[in-house]
Amino acid sequence: MSDDPKPVNPPGPPPPSTPEPAAPETPAAEPSAPAARPEAAAPAAPAPPAPAKPKPAPKAPPEAPKGPTDPPPPDDVAEPAFLAGLRAAHGDAIKQVSYWVGDWTVIIEPASALLEVARALRDAPDAAFDYCSDVTATDWPPRAKRFDVVYCLYSTRRRHRIRIKVHADADEAVPSVAGLWPAANWLEREVYDMFGVNITGHPDRRRLLMPDEWQGHPQRKDYPLEGPGELLMENPEEWLRLRNLRDEAEIE
Amino acid sequence: MPGDEVSAMKADLPSPMFDTTEMVLNMGPQHPSTHGVLRIVLKLDGERVVDADVVVGYLHRGIEKLSENRDWTQIILLTDRMDYVAAASTNLGYCETVEKLMSVEVPRRARYIRTILNELQRVASHCLWLGTHAMDIGAMTVFLYAFRERELILDLFEEYCGARLTYNSMRVGGLPLDIPPGWDRKVNEFCDIMDSKLTEYETLLTHNRIWLERTKDVGVIDGPEAIALGLCGPTLRGSGVGRDVRKDEPYAAYDEFDFDVPIGTRGDTYDRYLVRIEEFRQSLRIIRQAMDGLPEGPIVGKVPRLIKPPAGETYHAVESPKGEIGFFIASDGRSTNPYRFRVRAPSFCNLQGLPRLVRGHLVADVVALIGSIDIVLGEVDR
Amino acid sequence: MVDTIVIPLLKIAILLNAVLVAVSYLVLLERKVIAFVQSRLGPMRVGPHGVLQPIADAVKLMTKEDITPARADRWVFTAAPIMVMVPALIVFAVIPFGPEVELFGRSVPLYITDINIGLLYIVSVASLGVYGIILGGWASNSKYPLLSSLRASAQLISYEVAVTMTLVSLVLMAGTLSMVGIVESQRDAGLWFVFAQPVAFAIFFIGGLAETNRAPFDMPEAEQELTGGFHTEYSGMRFALFFLAEYANMIVISSVATTLFLGGWLRPFPGVEGLAFLDLIPAWIWFVLKTFVFLYVFLWIRATLPRYRYDQLMRLGWKVLIPIAIGNVIVTGVAKVLL
Repeated sequence: MSDDPKPVNPPGPPPPSTPEPAAPETPAAEPSAPAARPEAAAPAAPAPPAPAKPKPAPKAPPEAPKGPTDPPPPDDVAEPAFLAGLRAAHGDAIKQVSYWVGDWTVIIEPASALLEVARALRDAPDAAFDYCSDVTATDWPPRAKRFDVVYCLYSTRRRHRIRIKVHADADEAVPSVAGLWPAANWLEREVYDMFGVNITGHPDRRRLLMPDEWQGHPQRKDYPLEGPGELLMENPEEWLRLRNLRDEAEIE
Repeated sequence: MPGDEVSAMKADLPSPMFDTTEMVLNMGPQHPSTHGVLRIVLKLDGERVVDADVVVGYLHRGIEKLSENRDWTQIILLTDRMDYVAAASTNLGYCETVEKLMSVEVPRRARYIRTILNELQRVASHCLWLGTHAMDIGAMTVFLYAFRERELILDLFEEYCGARLTYNSMRVGGLPLDIPPGWDRKVNEFCDIMDSKLTEYETLLTHNRIWLERTKDVGVIDGPEAIALGLCGPTLRGSGVGRDVRKDEPYAAYDEFDFDVPIGTRGDTYDRYLVRIEEFRQSLRIIRQAMDGLPEGPIVGKVPRLIKPPAGETYHAVESPKGEIGFFIASDGRSTNPYRFRVRAPSFCNLQGLPRLVRGHLVADVVALIGSIDIVLGEVDR
Repeated sequence: MVDTIVIPLLKIAILLNAVLVAVSYLVLLERKVIAFVQSRLGPMRVGPHGVLQPIADAVKLMTKEDITPARADRWVFTAAPIMVMVPALIVFAVIPFGPEVELFGRSVPLYITDINIGLLYIVSVASLGVYGIILGGWASNSKYPLLSSLRASAQLISYEVAVTMTLVSLVLMAGTLSMVGIVESQRDAGLWFVFAQPVAFAIFFIGGLAETNRAPFDMPEAEQELTGGFHTEYSGMRFALFFLAEYANMIVISSVATTLFLGGWLRPFPGVEGLAFLDLIPAWIWFVLKTFVFLYVFLWIRATLPRYRYDQLMRLGWKVLIPIAIGNVIVTGVAKVLL
């Protein structure tokens, strides 16, 4: 499908735009204030001609999603047995249990309760999650607690999976599970490196993939997509001068 | 204990004359045996490794971030560039994850062909592993023999999709291409050739005394510890844990075939070697079964032209030649690219176990162990 | 005058050239043999079937930039390759390629000199080569070469003992240290010593592999571990000297093994009268053929076997080879007295 060169316009997007009229309409948009137009157009929703709409619509994306949907399990899906035991023991730490396309997710709040729930999941005989498949994070900037830290667990004995999730703010401490599953060591380092989640109690919290002196955390949604490489393209002399300055500083 | 005696002797010696500090040896990122751009900072006492710090990231291209700004189909070709010696397996993992997110049914013929491609890919990847692993230990002929057979698989892939390394061979919902005419016969021929060549490799290595001495009892790790460290794939199975995503959480068409999951007993380098050698045979077994029972039918399921999964997250894993490759993908349901794209790379998790494996061994064992966990740096750094 | 100066100088000049040419073609032979083992073709570009490859290599190495690392010990760094190369060449002085032959009305022996302690000379001079390796590794002021030179010295010491022990049992058989004398005693006994001393031969061969740093004992230069070992920091002609010395040493070990165990220039089965027609082939050709067989086995082993580990090599040397070699000396001595 990717070989298809023609732009495919599904019926979904609201502005009924076609590539052809876009070019002649550009001058038409100029006299009026383009910035004010979307606000003006928004209340007048059923405006049939929609002359200047195609231009601002792709520029201003719909506001960022506020977080994952985390739908509750439908009634006809039976909850795994170990979840009942977990609820009984740590009910106040479990904010929600969600189910989507066959995956169970336990959302834990507050983040400081993570360790006890994780330990219970690892040690309970009917859960026995002895294998930490993955630790990762998702960034949902508009939300107050912007990070979802996601732990994908697997049981090699019971052969089932679960995901646990905590919400965390940029500075909020998320306890490290590397003591429970040594496998989480590097995975948490990567989460720290890429998102800057404040993982505490980690045996060796250093950057993993990025250089040690790197500024910022690249996988945050607000991290600029165009990095310092642009300067090299636009103004190589300036780039070289800055690099030499930095090298000299290092030597001294 | 001789070690205690030595340290007692060292304590008696006048310190300025005999400086017995540990030496720090920087191995890589430019080193013949680090399989790319891996860097290991070894702390040595003589030639014995006291500690090792693995430094990765030299091949970090930000594929996860890139994918968040590509549409769902364009990402397939980014997955090629992760485990570039097993691109079809990574393709499969990604496509299955998106299919799971969209609840798309893949036709049976497509699942069969995917299985065949995936197992051919496993054989190719194991060929590369065998060659480089043997080369690291000094058996250079096996390297060229293994590459000779890998070449045959690359030819098969070239005939199927036109590419030899980065296949881009799958699509969400099925396959871009049906198998070319005559391809099935060639695959069967290849299976027969590979069977006899495996005997050749084993003649050179399996009972070779030097090979045994170099690999037995090197890097021993028991099952529970391997699980805790998150090792996966043949590296985990070498420690006697029968964990294989193909069996435990069947995907593609694996539940329709008969195959064994070989496991080791001691968890040393030799066991991991034996496990992978046996996996060659099991892969050929699966390929033959799939070729015999290849059903007719369409190769693409019902997928909209613009792929746009509903909002939601999922994690899905498949068994790549290196181990469990998992994709955690979040879709916001509105844009044509994933909101979050995360790869749980098997090489990454296996590499994490390397410091534990090399501790107490000699410098020569370090290269043997790097070979034995079978890493691809493109996947470690992504 | 002619006998004492001109002819020896001529012989030295011829031998030196012959050895250097042989060494460079041995490199080509290795590449070809290993390529055929691995179902490849090897060098094919320079000349028909790559026969001119050594010349191309020589030109390349001589015109390459000669780099001395900034923190290397300059003098030792320069001297080390020479210290490796020279012993490998001067050992040839006592190796007999054939008996005395008539050339232009003169009786010319096909060896440069025959000293009565020939074997001792070989053992002592050949071991000097390792100093070059140790100093080269140390003077590079780099970690991989240093590890490599430590390995080299340990390896040499362990294997020197075992190899010398096998030579002792051989001297007991021959009753002389002279290389020519040893060949002649094999002629008189009508038997190659390899049949009289198979154990000594096996140990000598394994020790020879280890002493020349050949696979499976090529730890000092193990590319996959030490990135080339002692010659990591060398380039151009200095690297070439190390490289050539290794192959020269292979020829030395093969010639010595031929002389000591395979009857030197003698035809096969020198005691069997019925094979006398084999004497029609000149003696030196027999010598070269036998040496070639050894060299081929060296290459064959390299293409087949994985590499030993350093500690395993030590264990093999000290716990297996040396005790067997000493036992062999005792058995030989007892047998000599009793028989």
